[in-house]
This record gives sequence, structure tokens and C-alpha cells, in this order.
Amino acid sequence: MTAPSTDTPAVSAALALGDDALVLSHRLGEWMGHAPVLEEEVALANIALDLLGQARVLLSMAGDEDELAYLREERAFRNLQLVEQPNGDFAHTIARQLYFSTYQHLLYARLAAGDGPFAPLAAKAVKETAYHRDHAEQWTVRLGDGTEESRTRMNRACAALWRFTGEMFQPVEGVDVDGAALEAEWLASVADVLRRATLDLPEGPRSGAWTAGAGRQGLHTESFGRMLAEMQHLHRSHPGASW
Amino acid sequence: MTTTDWPLWEVFVRSRRGLSHTHAGSLHAPDAELALRNARDLYTRRGEGVSLWVVPSAAITASSPDEKDPFFEPAADKPYRHPTFYEIPEGVQHL
Repeated sequence: MTAPSTDTPAVSAALALGDDALVLSHRLGEWMGHAPVLEEEVALANIALDLLGQARVLLSMAGDEDELAYLREERAFRNLQLVEQPNGDFAHTIARQLYFSTYQHLLYARLAAGDGPFAPLAAKAVKETAYHRDHAEQWTVRLGDGTEESRTRMNRACAALWRFTGEMFQPVEGVDVDGAALEAEWLASVADVLRRATLDLPEGPRSGAWTAGAGRQGLHTESFGRMLAEMQHLHRSHPGASW
Repeated sequence: MTTTDWPLWEVFVRSRRGLSHTHAGSLHAPDAELALRNARDLYTRRGEGVSLWVVPSAAITASSPDEKDPFFEPAADKPYRHPTFYEIPEGVQHL
């Protein structure tokens, strides 16, 4: 199955935002049983469950949530390439959370203030994402301004994921926000957190020919296919199975 | 799970306005700010609270089980300490 071919702007927007939440939720879920400490495992699971709740609402606006999650091919997913990036070490996960949660919080604050189709969801999600953002900022500061080892790893992670951040501010059909203003606010916030964390602001390009980011068009990075296979295999092996 | 040398914190939750904070459990965290966030995730995720305290476990001075008798036993046979020998005037509520 591919994405519905008769996409209205509201449907394509729900798919884009819903896929972001679904894919990141699955990535965070991969930490279960592997997180550095029990307390942090619960924190990551909480964030994953918040995102899964958002994904269910959003995908239900676009069609049947289970069909969309479990039966679409890789090229039909509309999520940002940032959220599908592998967990890596804990620093990579935190850098991904910092970049994405800051964006998602700023975006949902705008959507909640509007009167579009996403306003009711955004009003609830903005509180959840405020906590996700705080969690990522707290850890970024501690890892950056921590030991030599944690600082090195955090700098490496922030730099590695930097090229995926420009895609967040590309216009999405049906999402009525000012991308340039969103990006300026995101950049100021992330730069401030990195400065407090004594980390370097990455220098590489975030937009243009040499950057990554065509997830919204259905082009995904190598590891996404493997993630999807794991996420979908149960449903595909046992169609219609339920608890 | 690897072990960490993070200190232990005691968590107190106020379940609603007007009630006092009650001990809910303990957790590990590197500092107070993260202890508060871990407490939020571990003890209030099902709507259990409106306010949280975290206290370093090391800051708590506890009575020792060895001292149980000298501490608590003498109170057992002194019923006159209980305020039960008074006539309650009529009309007094909430006593």
C-alpha cells in the first residue's frame, strides 16, 4: 500500500507530522532494556509513549492508523530523516531529541494558537513536547559540560545530526506556519543550549544541495528500511491479529 | 543495566492541594534537577500528584531500629496523653 493518492493538504500534513511522531517513538522504544540507567529508561519510554499518542491521533486523521503504520512501504512514509536516524550512543539520542523536540515544541505552540485542524491535538501536545524539550536540554548541558568523554561524544553527535536539521523548516502542505520565523527561533534556542553546555555550534550547511533531508518526499536513509522491517513484521506476518 | 555511582534521592509527592507531601519512594539521579524529573516520570505519570519534593537520602537522619524501645515503648502505657478525657462541647465540629 502506498500513501492515499487523493491527498488533501490536511491529509498530507497529518501524515508528515504523524510519521515524525511514530518513527521517533519507535526509535526511542528501541532503548527499552538498553538504557544506561533504569530511571532514564522510564524517561525515554514516557517520551516515546507521548509521541505514539500523538501519532495515533494524527494518522487517524489521515486514514486507518494501523494500515498506515504497518502496511505502508518505506517510500510512502513522510517523516523527517532526522527522526529515523539510529539511536547511536546516548549522546546521539539526546542530540536528536534536542533538535527535534525544540522544533516540535515551537511548531505545536504555533498550531495550538491557530484555529486549523491540528489545534486541538497541538494544545495537548505542546505540554508534552515542552517536557521533551526540557529533558533534552537538561541532558545536553550535563553531557556537554560534563566529563571530557561526554563532551567529545556530545560534540560529535550534534555535528553528525546537524545536516538533517534544515529539513524541519521546509514548507509542508497543510501546515500553516512561517517556516523562516520558526527556524530563527529554533536556531536561537539551540545555540543558547549549546553555549550553556559549552559545546560548539556545528558549522556545516543545513540547507542546499549538500545537505540531507528529503524524508518529506519519501526518500529515506539506509537504516530506516531495517527499522521499518522490525516495526512492521509482526503485523505483516499475522494480518489482523489482535491482543 | 550498568551500575552507577549516582546518589540516592527520596521522593515526596503531594497528591492534591491541602494534603501534605507523602513519601513515595526513592530513585537515583546525578543532581537535584534531574532527580525531580526522574521523580516526575516514575511517581506521577498516572496523575498522582500536583507537587514533588526530592531530598538527598544522605541528608535524612533516621532513628535506629536498635533504639526502638527507648524511643517508642514508653508511650505505650500512658493513655492520659491521649486527648480523650475531655467533654466535647456541643457545636464543635471537625474535631
